[in-house]
Amino acid sequence: MEFEDFAPKLSMLLYGVIAFVVIIGGLLLLLDVVPNYFARRREAALVAASVSTTDGPAPPPSRRLRKPGEGLLGLAFLIPALLLLLIGLVVPAIRTIILSLSNGDSTEFVGLRNYGWIFQENDIIRVLTNTLGWVVLVPLLATGVGLLYAVMVDRARFEAVAKSLIFLPMAISFVGAGIIWKFVYAYRGDGDQIGLLNWLWTTLGGEPQQFLNNAPWNTFLLIVVMVWIQAGFAMVILSAAIKAIPSDIVEAARLDGVTPWQMFWRVTLPSIRPSLIVVVVTITIATLKVFDIVRTMTNGNFDTNVVALEMYNQAFRYQENGQGSALAVFLFILVIPIVIFQIRNLRRQREV
Amino acid sequence: MTTTTPVLAGEATAEQPPRTAAGRVRKRLNSRTATTVSIVIALLWTVPTFGLLLSSFRPEDEIKTTGWWTFFTNPQLTFENYNEVLFGRSSSSGQLAQYFVNSIVITIPSVLFPIALASLAAYALSWIKFRGRDWVYIGIFALQIVPLQMALVPLLSFFSRGVSLGGVTLMPAWDLADEQKFIQVWFAHTCFALPFAIFLLHNFVSQLPNELMEAARVDGAGHSKIFRSIVLPLITPALASLAIFQFLWVWNDLLVALIFAGGTRDTAPLTVRLAELAGTRGSEWQRLTSGAFVSIVVPLIVFLSLQRYFVRGLLTGSVKG
Repeated sequence: MEFEDFAPKLSMLLYGVIAFVVIIGGLLLLLDVVPNYFARRREAALVAASVSTTDGPAPPPSRRLRKPGEGLLGLAFLIPALLLLLIGLVVPAIRTIILSLSNGDSTEFVGLRNYGWIFQENDIIRVLTNTLGWVVLVPLLATGVGLLYAVMVDRARFEAVAKSLIFLPMAISFVGAGIIWKFVYAYRGDGDQIGLLNWLWTTLGGEPQQFLNNAPWNTFLLIVVMVWIQAGFAMVILSAAIKAIPSDIVEAARLDGVTPWQMFWRVTLPSIRPSLIVVVVTITIATLKVFDIVRTMTNGNFDTNVVALEMYNQAFRYQENGQGSALAVFLFILVIPIVIFQIRNLRRQREV
Repeated sequence: MTTTTPVLAGEATAEQPPRTAAGRVRKRLNSRTATTVSIVIALLWTVPTFGLLLSSFRPEDEIKTTGWWTFFTNPQLTFENYNEVLFGRSSSSGQLAQYFVNSIVITIPSVLFPIALASLAAYALSWIKFRGRDWVYIGIFALQIVPLQMALVPLLSFFSRGVSLGGVTLMPAWDLADEQKFIQVWFAHTCFALPFAIFLLHNFVSQLPNELMEAARVDGAGHSKIFRSIVLPLITPALASLAIFQFLWVWNDLLVALIFAGGTRDTAPLTVRLAELAGTRGSEWQRLTSGAFVSIVVPLIVFLSLQRYFVRGLLTGSVKG
């Protein structure tokens, strides 16, 4: 492991940073030079205007004379980002839709056959039901735990530390989390168990289990990992929302003598409803795209496959571009109703 | 946690700081239950990581035969796992030092580019008047919901085969080999990050006071000057939170790296290597535990030291969206 091994990489990094400085610096320089040209023209126009209308009040120059440069300048600020979005997202997304209507190596138009395939193969139907399980359970459990915890530690003595503990998994990669939990679920046929779960299980008198091999519980155990990661996100957002509830509402409810239970259901929950929806929607969308956890822990074996992993396998392992693209489009279609729900909620919120 | 404040503190006088509804609920619910539940949750959320961390310091045969909790009766610590997984020479060892450098090389430009481009775009979308501005913003905003899976196949073929329309090559293949593949990873990460980055920064930039901009304009500052000397300093907290988001996303990403970086030690980041180790050497726990921790430690440090910015970004990013 000598320096030579790293040298080409580090020089690539250097090139990257130089490219960054040149591109962004050049852009800013350009943005300085071009408007200056317009400014000079404007000045000239101003001078001319003030000469001709010396006695009347001068028209507000900034409003009338900035117009010609503005649109162009806006474009110059925007173009790099727009170009990248176009090349990296918009055009590929459209291409993917076209590919999804073609066969495996994209040479022949096959209509909706790839979409029919999604709903016919037994394996893929399994993938769909698994994904459904994920999408129902993860938002529910993660939001539930997050909310419970936010309420429980609110104003407790070690609130900041307690929150950090739950929040920490958000910094861990899905791959890292997958390994952490694979270790928890680890199985040994004989001798001491090294996995926490099997240790608890055998201590309670059970036979050691290969937890990750037994459907349908293995899918549930993978879901636990996602809940573990997302609960912190839910907790932070909901905790902030809880703290933002106006105290007069709380006081009024208290004067009316509500029980804590009623307080929670009639005051806390309705007040944080918008944040709750945001949390559920965000986690749902993230869950739909879950890929790393399943790939790391079971690689989709033992009936644990999900749509995003199957999409990857079809497109990049089996080179079935048509079926892979159809699955990608299917993912997109699944996201749309969730987003519409979210937008309608936001709109209703604004009307109130 | 049960004895935090005197029970009647909030009810005594109006001067007391108002309690939140949740605090009241927690208080009135049997406080002991609340404490127990929160401790159980906190344990569930920390013990797995702790077990991994502790195991990574245990000798190989200890890890493989006994649970990490036996450490407390039979403490043995070693750095051998880290030495082996980072610098081992055999192909079965992690060789993670290589991949660690790859992760760094991938991450730095993939954070810098989207932030710079997004802040420019966010400024233009907020403070430069041009026709169709709102529609451009709505379009970018909407792009956030496109799963990146939608872009993978065509973007990869864009890099490897170029663009041709009806037999005419509009753009040749990039033909990147070995280390040059970093470029396509940067490119992909930058593209995928932009919609959210622009959205987040737009939230901040558009809320800067109008008077400030007017005053600068009256003083003769152009857009470029305003952007550099007024907007950028004022949105530094937003830039910081975006940088943390993007850093965590890129460092922890597996999908984009798998497709655009390839699997070799020339370019693949830690996550790709770890996933590979977990697949092919799933019972080599001495490598997996230490390897996982190597990949976790950097984001953990960043996260813990900059948590404030991260949370602020989360709150603006999602509560408004």
